[in-house]
Amino acid sequence: MTLSSFVVRNAFRNRRRSILTVLSIGFSLLLLTLMMTLWRTFYIDQGAPNSATRLMTRHRVSLTFFLPGYYREKIRSIPGVVAIVPMTWFGGLYKDDKPENFFAQFATDPDEYLQVATDKTVPPDQAEAWRRDRAGAMVDVELAKKYGWKIGDKITLLGSIFPVNPELTIRAMFTIDPPNRSLYFNAKYLEEAVPFFKGQAGFFFTRAASAKDVPQVAGTIDDMFHNSPQPTKTESEKAFQLGFIAMLGNVKAFILGICGAVVFAILLVSANTMAMSIRSRTREVAVLKTLGFTRGSVLSLFVGEAVALSVVGGLLGVVGAAGLVHLVARSPAGIGIPGGLKTTPLTMIAALMVAAAVGFISGCLPAYNASRTNIVEGLRHIG
Amino acid sequence: MAIPISYNLRNLRLRKGLTIMTALGIALTVTTAIFLMALLAGLDRAFVTSGDPANVLVLRKGSEAELSGGFDATLLPVLRNLPGIKKDSHGDPMVSGEWVVVIVLPRKDGTGEVNVTVRGMMPDGLELRPKVKLVEGRWFTPGQREVVVSQSIHKRFAQANVGDTMQFGKGPWMVVGIFDAGGSAYESEIWGDVNQMASDFDRQGGFSSAYLRATDPVSADALKHRVSDDQRLKLEGMLETDYYAKQTRSGAPIKFVGFVVAVIMAIGSSFAAMNTMYAAVAYRSREIATLRVIGFSRSSILTSFVFESILLSLIGAVVGIILMLPFNGMTTGTSNAVTFSEIVFGLQMTPAVLGTAVVFAVVMGLFGGMAPAWHAARREILASLRD
Repeated sequence: MTLSSFVVRNAFRNRRRSILTVLSIGFSLLLLTLMMTLWRTFYIDQGAPNSATRLMTRHRVSLTFFLPGYYREKIRSIPGVVAIVPMTWFGGLYKDDKPENFFAQFATDPDEYLQVATDKTVPPDQAEAWRRDRAGAMVDVELAKKYGWKIGDKITLLGSIFPVNPELTIRAMFTIDPPNRSLYFNAKYLEEAVPFFKGQAGFFFTRAASAKDVPQVAGTIDDMFHNSPQPTKTESEKAFQLGFIAMLGNVKAFILGICGAVVFAILLVSANTMAMSIRSRTREVAVLKTLGFTRGSVLSLFVGEAVALSVVGGLLGVVGAAGLVHLVARSPAGIGIPGGLKTTPLTMIAALMVAAAVGFISGCLPAYNASRTNIVEGLRHIG
Repeated sequence: MAIPISYNLRNLRLRKGLTIMTALGIALTVTTAIFLMALLAGLDRAFVTSGDPANVLVLRKGSEAELSGGFDATLLPVLRNLPGIKKDSHGDPMVSGEWVVVIVLPRKDGTGEVNVTVRGMMPDGLELRPKVKLVEGRWFTPGQREVVVSQSIHKRFAQANVGDTMQFGKGPWMVVGIFDAGGSAYESEIWGDVNQMASDFDRQGGFSSAYLRATDPVSADALKHRVSDDQRLKLEGMLETDYYAKQTRSGAPIKFVGFVVAVIMAIGSSFAAMNTMYAAVAYRSREIATLRVIGFSRSSILTSFVFESILLSLIGAVVGIILMLPFNGMTTGTSNAVTFSEIVFGLQMTPAVLGTAVVFAVVMGLFGGMAPAWHAARREILASLRD
């Protein structure tokens, strides 16, 4: 019998205890993996390669102030800028004010929008139809599915920021991974309907030639409007999104706190199980030592058992988390969850490493105690 | 006959290490749950305590929030002449036309920039918010570039001490006072003179909202309808308390995450508790058989073991509550979906939160103890005695 098969047999000797331990560790690691996935998505992931070439320019004071529309042509003249469109958050209601009927609506320029948002795929004939109809709208395929919209359907949005209720015809549907469930319509429609908005834009969405150009283009834009009545703040698309996450509160401390609690909890659970199972085997340890097993090998037997248990639990948790993330990111309830939420292999490996480390640490002390027992004492032990 | 409680207590004490470890594991779960519930309780409190039942908020019809409001300044005199408005200290109707804008300020601890609400108000604005108290300095003077900040803004942002100047709009603003809004939504705002603000943000000639103070809460309701029904105005009146109550949905993301985290951790801890209880049963199989021989019934053994498991989780709950105590009252912020700015609130360990935490722990104990206790009660007496 090899050492490793001995470890495996031992780990599942008390099947009920092992299963409970594995499940307990599994659930904790599921949570840990979820948190690590969020962390990666928020703070490590740089977004899709073409997202890295995009910039957002808003009013320096805050997003709620409009910028003059003529900034668009001035920004366009900056070297490195490939395409630029104005964007305005319409924030209207559809049907009623229930949160589940809320989706994002933007007023933009259909002529150029798809040249900036290159990650959206639209059939060319539909894109053309959207460009032609001033009262046309382009919607996410998933959003259309939710409401059963078809090309040519008419919908009415109720303005809450703007005193207008646009009547739009769906002319195009785009696909994007993951779906963003948003609607885009022509900013000219809004400008004509709302006098105070004429010649303005909420923010500008710019695509640079390459990711390298982004910091320099952002700096040039902000310098250009530095002393004007409407100064700007330009940041990458990712940083812009991070700003919204930062507004949710101290998310970093929140995630770290939960991770800490979870890791400490599995440490306790795992150490508890090991202490229990090793204590009931005191006599066995004495027998092993009588047979000639060294202290070192006894130690590694038990530590190996602890690591094996936590890794099995970890595997369950990680797989569960990956499945859960996949489901949530694609469910209709996933509105507001940042795009690109997925559990990468790297996150999975990191979570498994944590599991192994926790198993190792938790096994050390009880195993050390077991390896030190006096043979005669151990043989005499009743339990 | 029931098995005495002291039997369970002694048993928990006997296997000290196991008890402490399991209780600590449960305590961590309870701590996390309390933390999340306290966050939500604090957020709810911020909205529930906000607003005065005698105040009527007036917005443009169709607008959902002050930020997206906006109506012509010529409508204010019409509002002023509506019946049922309380008189201010000068004998005039207590009405304040206000401008609300959102600016971005950097946090003091360098964790990013946050949207903050700046409110310009008329002198009556202070009078119709009697719950807000000045704690340092003085109120702003109308016509001056002066602002007062809330205590939490003072604590969380740079350049928010009395005597400092803040840069926003078209130039510097002098901070002349700090006010205490008692944990309400105003705790996240900066206040100044409405005319100064409007000219700084190029918004003269209008207001984003108006506040009217009725003589009492009952006439506030009538006043609300009078505003909404007036065909000249095209405005909508609502009770200030209703306006804030609607904003509690800002807590939805925290609620969702909190629920998922608490449930997953609770399942994990229940398995751990089950493990401990199974071990407890296994160690005591001969003891249990002896109890049966003496004449204790199966049901009393079942009850006793379930009770021991609940006791174990209760110890965990108490430890968890103690672990959380230092965090009580800690303030934090989240984004308010309606005002598009940060709402600051404190962690509130209310009796309801603590009660829920204890129930939560008991449920975990019950779930973890049921199966082992069932096994204990079902054992064959003879087989166990021979073990």
